[in-house]
Amino acid sequence: MEQSIWVSGTRYVGFKVTHWVSEVGRVTLMYGDMIRSALGKLPSYRVTIDQMGAIGVGSLGLVIVVSLFTGAVAAVQAAYQFSNVVPLKYLGAVILRSTIIELGPVLTALVVGGRVGAAIAAELGTMKVTEQIDALRAMGINPIRFLVLPRVFAATVMLPVMTIFSDAIAIIGGFLVAVLTIGVSPGTYLNSLKDFFYYKDLFSGLLKAMCFGNIIGTMGCFYGFSTEGGAEGVGIATTRAVVASCVLVLVTDYLLASVLFRIIFSTS
Amino acid sequence: MIAIRNLKKRLGGKQVLDGVDLEVRSGECVVVIGPSGTGKSVLLKHILGLMMPDQGSIEVNGEEIVGRKERELNQIRKKFGMVFQGAALFDSMTVGENVALALREHTDLDEQAIERRVVERLEWVGLKQVEQMKPASLSGGMRKRVGLARAIAMDPEFILYDEPTTGLDPIMSDAIDRLMRDLQRRMNVTSIVVTHDLGSAFKVGDRIAMLLGGKIIFNGPPDEVRQTRHPVVRQFIEGSSEGPIQPV
Repeated sequence: MEQSIWVSGTRYVGFKVTHWVSEVGRVTLMYGDMIRSALGKLPSYRVTIDQMGAIGVGSLGLVIVVSLFTGAVAAVQAAYQFSNVVPLKYLGAVILRSTIIELGPVLTALVVGGRVGAAIAAELGTMKVTEQIDALRAMGINPIRFLVLPRVFAATVMLPVMTIFSDAIAIIGGFLVAVLTIGVSPGTYLNSLKDFFYYKDLFSGLLKAMCFGNIIGTMGCFYGFSTEGGAEGVGIATTRAVVASCVLVLVTDYLLASVLFRIIFSTS
Repeated sequence: MIAIRNLKKRLGGKQVLDGVDLEVRSGECVVVIGPSGTGKSVLLKHILGLMMPDQGSIEVNGEEIVGRKERELNQIRKKFGMVFQGAALFDSMTVGENVALALREHTDLDEQAIERRVVERLEWVGLKQVEQMKPASLSGGMRKRVGLARAIAMDPEFILYDEPTTGLDPIMSDAIDRLMRDLQRRMNVTSIVVTHDLGSAFKVGDRIAMLLGGKIIFNGPPDEVRQTRHPVVRQFIEGSSEGPIQPV
């Protein structure tokens, strides 16, 4: 009995590992197809602009609300941790750097990833199960170029744009809390921002955002294209796209942080 | 001309196609009939290169398509128009954009010429003033017609129909059948129609082939089908649940 539990447990782990490796392989193949098709013929300008609008403008409200409160919470938490240790004149600097390096890109990616990754997977998944993707292929149109490329490109371009909005709103949120409830003067907060603003921080944050956008677009398209069955399959694909996007965003965040701050910017 | 030889395909542990042989001559309309789940749609997808067989060959005008790369297949697919069972219209586009898509992607026609072609093809299938409508606002019959207009937008040499009358009322089914015959005459295309609607098969087919057990078990003109003593074909055209074909 005990042995059979071990055997079935090992089989389950083996199955999961094989499945995971196969998914990594299929994503890589799709990415390769995407690069090849981009080199052949550019994606539809209109579809790309539509996607940029859907990803950017469509997510703006959500990003504003999340960023405003993120900045506000950062101010409250930082002020609490500074108590009797660090002067409050550095509050602006802490909010600024933590926002543009980490909070802005990561929270924007998680929020937009949930919304956009799910929308892309659901749309492409529905297209798959209703034979619309077969219809494209039947017309001699490469679905990777026509559907995947504009979405991945739009997400890759729009995430940094959304992150800039997010950074600005979070810093304003922090400013409001710092000035109105903690007692930091506006001039002190603004001087702190000015003194501790580094372009490399902004660059790191935007580079991260670009990678996160690429991940969100790719995962949404991959799971959309992998959809099998009917409505249930679309639901499963949507959930998987969101989970994979969020996990990969956090893993990539760690890897990029290690490369950027331990190797590239460690000596500058 | 389309020549299919010894086509085999296994899907999900089941031998769906088990040595299909079928030849469709230029300008001919061949109807493939058979019970649901016998691989009729799978056969159509193989002809377009949307699925690749495990074994066998498919020649389109003497050109082998099995084993071709996707880029080469895309060139061959431009000779085809396909009408899908559920029409497979692109929800995010208007009717006009659906019909114009292949023209915009594959031709250098200017926008005015594309618009003229779209209006013309929609009129051929009996639709007027629908260019700006979204597929979601169309009835089942209208969706099939738009699917047909999209299939003929590029003046194809071959048209493949997957269950073109399924889910339609008898009057609309007859209208679609007439439309298919009209287009056959007007465009002199080669057609393959997959259906289990026998009324439709007898109206549109120059030849009727029956697919069962992964093989073409009968192939002949409609009159021959009506008079055949082949027990399986007889059971199918009489619509009897008793006989060699067991309902699943």
